[in-house]
Amino acid sequence: MSSKYLLGIVLIIIIIGAYITITSENKYERIEIAGSTSVQPVADKLAQAYMKKNPNVKINVQGGGSGLGIRSVTQGIIDIGTSSKDLNATEKEELNRYLIGKDGIVIAVNVENPVDGLSKGQIRDIYDGNITNWKDVGGPDAKINVITREDGSGTRSVFQKIVMGKNKIKAEAIVLTSTESIVQSVKGDPNAIGYISLTSFKSDIKGLKVDGVYPSEQTIANGSYAIQNPFLFLTKGEPKPVVKDFIDFCLSPEGQALVESEKVVPASM
Amino acid sequence: MSRKTDEFLIEKGLFITALSSIIIIALIIIFIFVEGLPALQSVGVFNFIFGMDWSPSDGQFGVFPMIIGSLAITGLSLLMAIPLGIFCAIFLSEIAPTSVRKILKPTIQTLAGIPSVVYGFFGLIILVPFMRTQFGGTGFSMLTASIILTVMILPIIVSVSEDALRSVPPEYKEASMALGATHWQTIKNVIFPAAIPGVITSVILGMGRAIGETLAIIMVAGNVVQIPTSILDPVRALTSNIAIEMGYATGLHYNALFATGIVLIVMIIILLVIANYLHYKKKVTIGGGYL
Repeated sequence: MSSKYLLGIVLIIIIIGAYITITSENKYERIEIAGSTSVQPVADKLAQAYMKKNPNVKINVQGGGSGLGIRSVTQGIIDIGTSSKDLNATEKEELNRYLIGKDGIVIAVNVENPVDGLSKGQIRDIYDGNITNWKDVGGPDAKINVITREDGSGTRSVFQKIVMGKNKIKAEAIVLTSTESIVQSVKGDPNAIGYISLTSFKSDIKGLKVDGVYPSEQTIANGSYAIQNPFLFLTKGEPKPVVKDFIDFCLSPEGQALVESEKVVPASM
Repeated sequence: MSRKTDEFLIEKGLFITALSSIIIIALIIIFIFVEGLPALQSVGVFNFIFGMDWSPSDGQFGVFPMIIGSLAITGLSLLMAIPLGIFCAIFLSEIAPTSVRKILKPTIQTLAGIPSVVYGFFGLIILVPFMRTQFGGTGFSMLTASIILTVMILPIIVSVSEDALRSVPPEYKEASMALGATHWQTIKNVIFPAAIPGVITSVILGMGRAIGETLAIIMVAGNVVQIPTSILDPVRALTSNIAIEMGYATGLHYNALFATGIVLIVMIIILLVIANYLHYKKKVTIGGGYL
């Protein structure tokens, strides 16, 4: 007897499940977004606002890193790939780019550190191992604990390109895998130096002036702060109408205001 | 349905479930080898395993420092966890009164239930700053990672060893006591040797967990690709290498991460073979305490 009941219940669940999947496919248009973890919060916010206005669209925003975003959109697995670094030449040919905002990379130290600013050259020397003591850059006599991101991180590749140039980040640098763990380490270690995205920068750590310019939305918008990178939405070829409409929304004044509320510098500024 | 067909169906059903785990393992291993072999071919097996530089953006793929890193972290944590775990197990099974045992055992089991990300976060926020103020440096080190791992594998070693000690036949103990041996002499010379196969099993399980642990290690080990010269140096484990770079890797780099997985699997197989050999050998020489 009980096995018959069980069979009945399973059947009902299957029917309901099938019903939900079939009807939801008819009802919703889906947009799949994946890529840079630094773009993710902004993309999430934009998606929420867009879904509120257009209840028949479902947008799914995932992380995974800029590399994954570029790879997946090139393979056609997702509709929009996000990236926090600019594309290389071959990728530029294959993909359409939409600049939705600009971000800066903050060189972060502990609040107790008396150093206020460094030149780009000094930062490079610290990261490639030429300078190992804070006293060489006007700080106390203490070893510099250099913290970096993992090879492949979007933030790291921007830092590498703009600050390091051809020089390599020294092999002894501590590698941490998220912005938050860098914030935590810099917060706790008076001799640490790290780099994080401006969107995650809060007052419990100290941002350094680079070449005399303090990182802020203004200095990034007017281009005077040197270490900055684009937030890109990428599509393969011409996007389908619903995706196009979402991107237009992101670039509209309303969307750009949302971008700004996430501490990202709007593209239009 | 006749009883015979019932039996037949149940037998085959059980056989299929047993087979499924083997199929899954085979599929995983095949997949990892297929994805990883291109990297081994283009870098060369010898260069890959014994190469000292890991710098994917320059096309350098050498995992030797990470092999040492994985072994060193695991070894150091076993060095701390084995004595701690075995003595704790002896205390629990032989000495502790029931009331103490009732509190201690669930507490230790709770340790096993804490997710590794929580251990990692605890390590990052509490242990790393502590190590930095105590020993200097950055606080991210092999020792920090090993301490976290010790706490993580302790419950496995304690509970499996305790079961082994408890399942030693009471006659052994009674006989030893009757011969005039003290309680400690009985534990040392009779109960513990009889339980050694089970204790070795517990160490194998702990070792497996330690070498496979990824998340907690990433957060506290510093992930620097270098052969550590002291236990306070930061290191990168093989597992961490895969997890850190998987999201970004493309092309040969991607294959190289799977090749890292091959190295890891081979390493674990070698360690398991050694451990099982010891297990088998002890079983024969001691004779008793067959677990």
